[in-house]
Amino acid sequence: MARSFAIFTPAVNEFRGAAKLFLPGSGECANAQPMKRTPLYAAHQKLGGKLIEFGGWEMPVQYTSITDEHLAVRQAAGLFDISHMGEVLVGGAGAEAFLNQTLTNDLRKLAPGQGQYTLMCHERGGVIDDLYAYRLTPGDYLLIINASRIDADVAWLEKRLAAFPGRSQVMFENTSDTTGAVAVQGPRVVEFIDSIFPGPTNGGTLVARVTDLKKNQVGSFTVAGQPVWISRTGYTGEDGFEIVAPGQHIEAIWNQLLAASQPCGLKPAGLGARDTLRTEVCYPLYGHELDENTTPIEAGVGFFVALDKGEFVGRAVLAEQKGKGPGKKLVAFKMTDRSAPPRPHYPIWSTGPAAAKVGEVVSGTQSPSLGIGIGMGYVPPEFAKVNTAIEIEIRGKRSPAVIVSKPIYRKPD
Amino acid sequence: MANIPLDLKYAKSHEWVRVSGDVATVGITDHAQHELTDVVFVELPEVGRQVKAGDACAVVESVKTANDIYSPVSGEITEANQAIVANPALVNTEPYKGGWFYKIKLSAHAEVSSLLTPEQYQAQIGGA
Repeated sequence: MARSFAIFTPAVNEFRGAAKLFLPGSGECANAQPMKRTPLYAAHQKLGGKLIEFGGWEMPVQYTSITDEHLAVRQAAGLFDISHMGEVLVGGAGAEAFLNQTLTNDLRKLAPGQGQYTLMCHERGGVIDDLYAYRLTPGDYLLIINASRIDADVAWLEKRLAAFPGRSQVMFENTSDTTGAVAVQGPRVVEFIDSIFPGPTNGGTLVARVTDLKKNQVGSFTVAGQPVWISRTGYTGEDGFEIVAPGQHIEAIWNQLLAASQPCGLKPAGLGARDTLRTEVCYPLYGHELDENTTPIEAGVGFFVALDKGEFVGRAVLAEQKGKGPGKKLVAFKMTDRSAPPRPHYPIWSTGPAAAKVGEVVSGTQSPSLGIGIGMGYVPPEFAKVNTAIEIEIRGKRSPAVIVSKPIYRKPD
Repeated sequence: MANIPLDLKYAKSHEWVRVSGDVATVGITDHAQHELTDVVFVELPEVGRQVKAGDACAVVESVKTANDIYSPVSGEITEANQAIVANPALVNTEPYKGGWFYKIKLSAHAEVSSLLTPEQYQAQIGGA
């Protein structure tokens, strides 16, 4: 469709001009594809961030220490660059119907200014991606997708759209390359965030200030004349917000957040802490808990599959699996003795005289909050009950562990 | 700037060696512990084990990664530092003192002379 369509309409021309920020990196990496950099690359260098490859992006894994950054988020606040994540806009009179047939959750439950966790499956029920869908205005949706899945998701959505009868009523735009985003997470974020983004909102949920947003609500604010979308969401298990803005404005927002939060002890936090934080609260990470050979039912996120909403891709397989029960289940576990931390791909064993390899770890780490090894893995349902004793094979030796309920870490009351 | 004591020898793989007679003490460098950060687990070789220079004989794990430690010299393990097993953070806080890994009775003393000098190790990790 011809109409210009953007979440940042006032800045749209300037916005397009920012694409040069995303020129490929210097080619230092071993991969054939040069790594991509976010608009915060220079900011990470300035802060001494240790940069690694993640999903094709050159991203900070840590600035000082994963443990310190993790604990800062649990106790005070942390600031993450999430500009690598993808943004797709879907709008028009046919947008809701198109998305509701493509995603697993029921989009009709969203009021304007609300978001929901959802998944995108193929016909066999395997997960193409897990994502957040926001209804920004009555007819405009913003999808926040995983960095490593942008190409796969866009190809799938375009293929689905080409076959959608009402496609002339759907606008579709991948704005991933020109959009930046940061997450600011932790119990003390509410003490400083209102000072940076003055209210009231001028779109989405109508509130007087950022801290009036409720969980999963999203609103648009103006900062230094620039439009930004702020949602009360995150990937850490803490209260917090995610801020989506045109790529060329994200560094100014990053710097303002760093400056305003100093009295509260905010630290910039890398992907290392992001991973340990989400593992403690059992949020799935695509490529670990989720992939195209795993269904949302197996992954324990069936709550976000609305079987009652009508037809959508993968529905038949997911309905059957929900009825019969899946053949494998995602479980969370804790090491019970002092041991090396569990890592992805370590074998999971049953215990007793008939001990056998029954599964594999998909995420594992030392828990900075709990001081022990924790992880998640897939096992047959008979080994998935809470309190079941298992063993994790670490470098040829088996160490005892126990299945625990999710999340592994709960905030103290 | 990483601390590189002048009285030690170094391996390219970031271990240090302190030789006293025919026994050497082995640990990982300040630069290595700084790169690892947050050491949370250490696995040491058993006393009595024979190792050859270049053998993976210990494991040090940070929150994010598991890393092999390669013996810079050949010989028989005579002592393993249980203090770092009980308190892995010693590897970060005292890499050249309480954070040592193991002692080894040298079987090929000449290997020591082929290890890096402090100046050579400094040049390897960059900086003046």
